[in-house]
Amino acid sequence: MATLELRNVNKTYGAGLPDTLKNIELSIKEGEFLILVGPSGCGKSTLMNCIAGLENITGGAIMIDDQDVSGLSPKDRDIAMVFQSYALYPTMSVRENIEFGLKIRKMPRADIDEEVARVAKLLQIEHLLNRKPGQLSGGQQQRVAMGRALARRPKIYLFDEPLSNLDAKLRVEMRTEMKLMHQRLKTTTVYVTHDQIEAMTLGDKVAVMKDGIIQQFGTPKQIYNDPANLFVASFIGSPPMNFIPLRLQRKDGRLLALLDSGQARCELPMSMDDAGLEDREVILGLRPEQIVLASADAAGMPTIRAEVQVTEPTGPDTLVFVQLNEAKVCCRLAPDVAPQVGETLTLQFDPAKVLLFDAKTGERLGTAASLPVQDRADNVTRIKGR
Amino acid sequence: MSSVAAFSKASPFDALQRWLPKLVLAPSMFIVLVGFYGYILWTFVLSFTNSTFLPTYKWVGLAQYARLFDNDRWWVASKNLAVFGGMFIAITLVIGVTLAVFLDQRIRREGFIRTIYLYPMALSMIVTGTAWKWLLNPGMGLDKLLRDWGWEGFRLDWLIDPDRVVYCLVIAAVWQASGFIMAMFLAGLRGVDQSIIRAAQIDGASLPRIYWKVVLPSLRPVFFSAVMILAHIAIKSFDLVAAMTAGGPGYSSDLPAMFMYSFTFSRGQMGVGSASAILMLGAILAIIVPYLYSELRAKRND
Amino acid sequence: MTSLAGKSAISLSRIAIYAVLIFAVLLYLVPLVVMLLTSFKTPEDISTGNLLSWPAVVTGIGWVKAWATVDGYFWNSIKITVPAVLVSTAIGALNGYVLSMWRFRGSQLFFGLLLFGCFLPFQTVLLPASFTLGKMGLASTTTGLVFVHIVYGLAFTTLFFRNYYVSIPDALVKAARLDGAGFFTIFRMIILPMSTPIIMVCLIWQFTQIWNDFLFGVVFSSGDSQPITVALNNLVNTSTGVKEYNVDMAAAMIAGLPTLLVYVVAGKYFVRGLTAGAVKG
Repeated sequence: MATLELRNVNKTYGAGLPDTLKNIELSIKEGEFLILVGPSGCGKSTLMNCIAGLENITGGAIMIDDQDVSGLSPKDRDIAMVFQSYALYPTMSVRENIEFGLKIRKMPRADIDEEVARVAKLLQIEHLLNRKPGQLSGGQQQRVAMGRALARRPKIYLFDEPLSNLDAKLRVEMRTEMKLMHQRLKTTTVYVTHDQIEAMTLGDKVAVMKDGIIQQFGTPKQIYNDPANLFVASFIGSPPMNFIPLRLQRKDGRLLALLDSGQARCELPMSMDDAGLEDREVILGLRPEQIVLASADAAGMPTIRAEVQVTEPTGPDTLVFVQLNEAKVCCRLAPDVAPQVGETLTLQFDPAKVLLFDAKTGERLGTAASLPVQDRADNVTRIKGR
Repeated sequence: MSSVAAFSKASPFDALQRWLPKLVLAPSMFIVLVGFYGYILWTFVLSFTNSTFLPTYKWVGLAQYARLFDNDRWWVASKNLAVFGGMFIAITLVIGVTLAVFLDQRIRREGFIRTIYLYPMALSMIVTGTAWKWLLNPGMGLDKLLRDWGWEGFRLDWLIDPDRVVYCLVIAAVWQASGFIMAMFLAGLRGVDQSIIRAAQIDGASLPRIYWKVVLPSLRPVFFSAVMILAHIAIKSFDLVAAMTAGGPGYSSDLPAMFMYSFTFSRGQMGVGSASAILMLGAILAIIVPYLYSELRAKRND
Repeated sequence: MTSLAGKSAISLSRIAIYAVLIFAVLLYLVPLVVMLLTSFKTPEDISTGNLLSWPAVVTGIGWVKAWATVDGYFWNSIKITVPAVLVSTAIGALNGYVLSMWRFRGSQLFFGLLLFGCFLPFQTVLLPASFTLGKMGLASTTTGLVFVHIVYGLAFTTLFFRNYYVSIPDALVKAARLDGAGFFTIFRMIILPMSTPIIMVCLIWQFTQIWNDFLFGVVFSSGDSQPITVALNNLVNTSTGVKEYNVDMAAAMIAGLPTLLVYVVAGKYFVRGLTAGAVKG
């Protein structure tokens, strides 16, 4: 197992073309699980290929165990990769697939057999060893692909959207299994996905990427609770965070956001207060689970009455949509209290959990007082636009 | 700015690996550049010289082209190409499409029938020419057969009729290529979305109408490819003429490919021969450049 | 009643369709049948009977004479075809592998230039090629013809393999590179074992093309080095002596049999090659 550090990595496909990767800085410790997440075209797969050595970087350094590997060919980096399409060699049996890398590396026959047996047992694919990949189900192919990676005991494992070709049910199962496996083997892992649930559930560290730039690098909790900008806030979380564009006002010396449901108005006091915020166009961010039905014991919290426009029961929760200012706002309520369409609800917010973003740049404004200090780790990287 | 660490040096083996793809392709690149483009250029140069039996590099400008255009035989060959090409393409397409549509009607023993239609394509044009030369033999071939069968007034002497000999080439070429065009269209028909046909049936259209209005128009790309391939075969046609008529009677069934061969290699008129080859290239380019252009544009739109 | 009428109309049209198809089958078969019948007749029989009359006496004399005439040329064709097919296929496979999996700056341009070779009217290269063969001392040899067929077959063989390989996911090569395999190891152990269908297509295409070639044969060979197509043409178009149509037809059958045999045995690959080569070409 090893550490991985990317120092100011840049990648461009030619002069004049836009940078595919721009000033990528991140590092993970031995045994950590790093998630690269972002929409398609954000550069996450390119970054992974660069780590693997399948593509060359045009600037910076890739350090594995404090050694620069950026000039080395893939085979010398001691890395294994699991591909989205699994990339199993179709003419070879499962056993031959797993053995291939070991044979190329001239491992003695007895050791190869031992290693194949170990991996097959670990992944419970012993009964499949003599089959061809074409005879396997998607889930089984996925296991074989993982087995091929595990057999070499490389320093670092790379996973390129390994679950995205599986059906929904199997995907959830395999996700849990991967997490179990990682807990057991403590392998240093880089995992690319566009699925924010995978990012949240699997990662020790998450790097959210967009346009070749890391938007935020931190723990899943930091990313979720303390997003660096509007993009991160909107990308992580399902259903997504509510965004209400408005202008902050000052009244009686307090900074206020004015919400209007058409039936009632509410003055939401801001927990942060910078002089620059007054009279500024901002976007107010509120996660659906932070809007709750008003209850007696939370007196003193701001409330607003609003008419229910749509309800979407999902089973565990019911999503209720109301209109606030110009925005359709989603609230995540328990199914047993879920109201009917047309009904009027009294909703309540915790002002301390409200996030503010600049309407123009999307940057986070102020600092949320809601988070305990120790949870806002120092190594949160926030990359401001150029 | 953090300091940028120097790249570790790649081993010589890795450097070789990096060059291997280029090394492997290099001989072919050389062959293509010299053997294709270099040679075309060479022929182009020869067409501006007064080369006869041996190449000489005395520049005569467009004189060889002028001689070519003054040559009655070249005009016969070009006119023949227009007649032969036009009829060959049209008839082959009609037969190919008809057979493909008929074969697409869930026919029993379809595989066997297809095999029969396509076998001429496996034969050399020389074999085809030999066979049809015999079939069309005046006095002994089909000519006699149909009279033997009771059609007293039947005459088929096109092979020795300077005005009709080119139709003999058409017949043989159609026999050879129509099965292939059938296969192309059959593959195209199999690719047509069946739900389109079902939707048209629900709309109450009859089967012939559905084919005419819906299915065949959707095969436009196959149609274009087929025309292109057939035109290409027509322009390059040499073996068939050589085997069936050798250009005769006289030079009444000459095609440009035959003209080029006999001027260059038999009559020692290398300059004129080269000029005719360059014109053939021009004809091919006139067909494929628009085709490739539309193909590439279609791909870009995907 | 109406449904019955509809049914009989449908079956009538189906009968018409079958009638047309079967008639076409007979038409396509006529030349082959005529060739076979004629080849087994005596010359007298040919002049008294007609194309489709059964031989009065079935005789192999035509075949024996034909074989005696084209025997050497038949072997010439084999000597030319076998190495040319194998080498051009091998080079095509490697080219296709590079052009699909190891692209580099300029490789696409090269592919475009090569594609044009599929359309090239060979008349434009005949003269320079014959000068070159002369310089190499290969004029009028079967070796020279092997060279020519390899060079001008490359466009198609490369196209076949390239188009087949682009549909193989890149990830396979990436995985193999991470496993430590190099350029040739990947080709030999991963790509080649997947290539059986396209190898078949390419071999059969090249075999028919080269065996059936006449233009290169007639230009670049003479006398004893000629391939069978040229020999057949010489036999058929000779103006000296009495025409022996049975010998002509038997010789034509001999020239056509190898490719016909391949077509019957591996027709599936033959058709795939035709359509792939033609449509993409």
